[in-house]
Amino acid sequence: MPGFLVRRSLTLLLTLVAASFLVFSITEFSPSNVARETLGAYALPEQVHLLYEKLQLGDPLLVRYVRWAGVLLGLRKDPLDNPALGLNIHDPKGPRYLGNFGYSTLFRVPVNQIIWNRLGNTAVLAGIAFAIIVPLSMLLGILAGMRPGSFLDRALSVASITMTSMPEYAIGVILAAIFAVWLKVLPGTSPLVGGTGWPLPSQFVLPVAVLVLYDSGYVARMVRASMIDVLNRPFVRTAILKGLPRRRVILRHALRNAMIAPFTVILLQINWLIGGVVVTETVFAYPGFGRMLLQASLFGDIALIEAATLIALVIAMATQLLSDIGYWLLDPQART
Amino acid sequence: MPTDSPGAMEGGARSGQAAARPTLLEIRHLRVEYHTIRGRMVALPDLSLTLAEGESFGLVGESGCGKSTLAMAIMRHLGPSGIIAGGEILFAGQDIARAREAELERIRGRRISIVYQEPASALNPAMTIGRQLIEVPMLHQGMPRREARRRAAEVLAEVHIPDPETFLECYPHQLSGGQKQRVVIAMALLADPALLLLDEPTTGLDVTVEAAVLDLIDEIRHRRGTALLYISHNLGVIARVADRVGVMYAGELVEDAPATSLFAKPRHPYTRGLMQAIPRMGSNKHDIALASIPGSVPAAGAVPRGCVFAPRCPLVLPGRCDTEPIPPVDAGPMHHVKCLRWQESAHPAPPRQPRPAVLAADGEIAIEAGKLSRFYHLRSGVVRANDGLDLVARRGEVLAVVGESGSGKSTFARVLAGLEPASEGTLLYAGADIASKPVHRRSARQVAEIQMVFQNPEGTLNPSFSAGWPIARALKKLGRGRSREIDSRVRSLLGLVRLPESVRHSLPRQLSGGQKQRVAIARAFAGRPEILIADEPTSALDVSVQAAVVNLLLEIQAERGTTMVFISHDLGLVRYIADHVVVMYLGRVMEVGPTAALYAPPFHPYTEALLSAVPSPDPTAASRRIRLEGELPSRIHPPKGCRFATRCPRKLGAICETEPPPVRDAGGGHLIFCHIPLPGLSAAEPVGSEAPRAQSTSAGAGQS
Repeated sequence: MPGFLVRRSLTLLLTLVAASFLVFSITEFSPSNVARETLGAYALPEQVHLLYEKLQLGDPLLVRYVRWAGVLLGLRKDPLDNPALGLNIHDPKGPRYLGNFGYSTLFRVPVNQIIWNRLGNTAVLAGIAFAIIVPLSMLLGILAGMRPGSFLDRALSVASITMTSMPEYAIGVILAAIFAVWLKVLPGTSPLVGGTGWPLPSQFVLPVAVLVLYDSGYVARMVRASMIDVLNRPFVRTAILKGLPRRRVILRHALRNAMIAPFTVILLQINWLIGGVVVTETVFAYPGFGRMLLQASLFGDIALIEAATLIALVIAMATQLLSDIGYWLLDPQART
Repeated sequence: MPTDSPGAMEGGARSGQAAARPTLLEIRHLRVEYHTIRGRMVALPDLSLTLAEGESFGLVGESGCGKSTLAMAIMRHLGPSGIIAGGEILFAGQDIARAREAELERIRGRRISIVYQEPASALNPAMTIGRQLIEVPMLHQGMPRREARRRAAEVLAEVHIPDPETFLECYPHQLSGGQKQRVVIAMALLADPALLLLDEPTTGLDVTVEAAVLDLIDEIRHRRGTALLYISHNLGVIARVADRVGVMYAGELVEDAPATSLFAKPRHPYTRGLMQAIPRMGSNKHDIALASIPGSVPAAGAVPRGCVFAPRCPLVLPGRCDTEPIPPVDAGPMHHVKCLRWQESAHPAPPRQPRPAVLAADGEIAIEAGKLSRFYHLRSGVVRANDGLDLVARRGEVLAVVGESGSGKSTFARVLAGLEPASEGTLLYAGADIASKPVHRRSARQVAEIQMVFQNPEGTLNPSFSAGWPIARALKKLGRGRSREIDSRVRSLLGLVRLPESVRHSLPRQLSGGQKQRVAIARAFAGRPEILIADEPTSALDVSVQAAVVNLLLEIQAERGTTMVFISHDLGLVRYIADHVVVMYLGRVMEVGPTAALYAPPFHPYTEALLSAVPSPDPTAASRRIRLEGELPSRIHPPKGCRFATRCPRKLGAICETEPPPVRDAGGGHLIFCHIPLPGLSAAEPVGSEAPRAQSTSAGAGQS
């Protein structure tokens, strides 16, 4: 196990370096674009040219990447954090520290001051949703998979297909229409601030409900398929013909094997919940990570895009590592 | 108590032997149906069977005849679509067909246990062996965990698992196939059941492992007095284990009799057909053709009126056999047969001497391998799958390569076919060294001339193309025929493998296994090959179909003078089909020689063990048992001297472990790689059914 973990982590580290290069190349491939986006839409061509020179944006991509990585790792000063440029960019933590993602031109603060707060908000939303989605869809998937073709199975199929094929914003709008506009029992927006007249916990209900409704059906269908597959495997027959009661057959023999295949799918939901719930966050004006990334992209906030993409990548890799460890624990054959 | 049940009276009337034992299982007019979307299919129309305590009943028949359905009906585990539509299954007086679920749970695993094919999938991959075993006594005997664990270790020791304590901590994937089957048997025995159902428990295992498992089943039966219902398609296995044998066809028990009587005097044409379809040890292609049974087993739901076997029967009398169901009649003491004509006319004997021996012992060399090796480099080391093979195939002969799984016989086939390159050594074909030339580097002619037929006909045809497509494609690719001629060439190739032309447009799923394999053979012959590699071409087929495919291969091969390299683990079939045999073990050749010489002393100790492991379809045959101890050694760290040293029953001593064995020349091209000098090897007695062959054939001749 430890050897495997070390090997695995090294591969992930390598992947991270390669991926960060890709992210950097895509956002900063065109150097004049970098200067223009940094200065904003109303900058004069001379200003753009000046910044281009100052930042040595004419250097080859690889050189610029190494410089950028140096800033991120705290080995170099952030070139923008320089009063001489007249950009009024100043990081209270100083120009050089580990994890310096640069300065957000959109929010006019260092990236670190905005991004962790947003990530935290999303993590709360994702955490609550995940804590409901996983047990709920596992329970439904297992129950449906135990008796394929039963009423429960068919009901679940219909419901999950309906929910998965409905766009998230539609679910969001419908729920808001019912609970916020018509019944007036829940807030229609969730800006996570007081003074809206709604207690903070009530602001989570609708976004979480959208995510749960949208995603549970998909995961439940994965669990169901795996359960059906496992129940048809000969070792389950062995267990039944040993005389074990059905409950024991399911709980002790089928369940663990049925979890092996959907495990990755379940962990992939974390990635989606962190980086992919843009629509839900936008519908409810939720100050989350996905919405921030969307805003940054629309505005052309290079530093923020890079930082957010990298963080999403690290999260994806962490869940990957987690799923490897999970396999290792669930499936003895993976251990050899 | 059970002696006064009607079934026992019936049994008692048959023979004194059965009357001595009370009835354990009585199946009366059992009817099993499968209800599917396509309608109702009757798997077992009306089946009756009695089994006494401690008795061993063997059930034979081809696939699709309802053998496993019967076993699963006794367990009442027929899946959601299977229904017991009539009859009774009385087990110790209780009707399983009507038992409640809770009652079934008390019978399953405790009073009746089952062991089935493919032990690999029968064990839970995510649970240790120990946890899977202790469940049984904890559940059925209410044992506390610690005691259950001790009991599990005891039973593992009983099935000859070395070091049971550490074994309990293992996961299934860490065990060999034979060990897994022992674990499954141990699991079945833990609650000391009165009846053990065995559904093809040794199918898919190597002969040596099969022999050891059969020994174990014998031993258990005699020690514990467990009754057995043993299902197999292998007549040899049934002859070894059963007191009484039933032959099943299309859901009916067409014949049942004591084993000795059934094998000596088979009465039903189907039983006789099955027996003539398998090559008897000692027979070969030059004396006798294998008799195949034309047609195939009818699907459930399409069973003919009257005698179910009538459409395939050589003795059928239209108007008499096909009008109404045939009742069982007595054909001897305890011998019942469902045939109207069992005594009217003799079964036609298979044709004698169809192929003269055309082969001169010193014919032209077609392929010559010299120090041919194939290594696989793994992270944990190097697997020497083929390690310095020296062998020769002569033009127009059948060279068989035999050995257990892991011997490297399929690797050799793949290197020869060019599917992978050799790592070292030479492989001469028509003056060129093709050892390290994979197929894409061979000339078009070499590719066309060396063709292969694979093991599993299900996997070799693309399901979305018609059967004629691969043949036409092979003709085009191999440059045998211009595009105008291709159509007629496809037709003539289908004719060559005795398939109707219409098959050309059929999709693979519309063909039977035998037909698919014929298409594969036609495809291989499209290139007019000089060398045909056949890797277990019949092991996935039923015996009656196997006979037809073997006959076909031999006919085409003899007619065209093709050299055939026949890879097989079936020593009976090899004895029949081959001119020369190579015996391999762990990547090396152990023995090579002309077939007749190889199957008689002097033997390599490994060959001797292989031959003695083959079960003979003759319950009276006295066989000497040589069993190999232990498991196949690691292929990464094989024994240094003789590869076989660690398991050799005739090991001389340290020399076998340290020195590679010298070659012993027994004359006539018969070479044995062994430290034992030739006189010592010659001193071995004949093994298997080679020895009592004279008696059994004379008994067979006397019967008709």
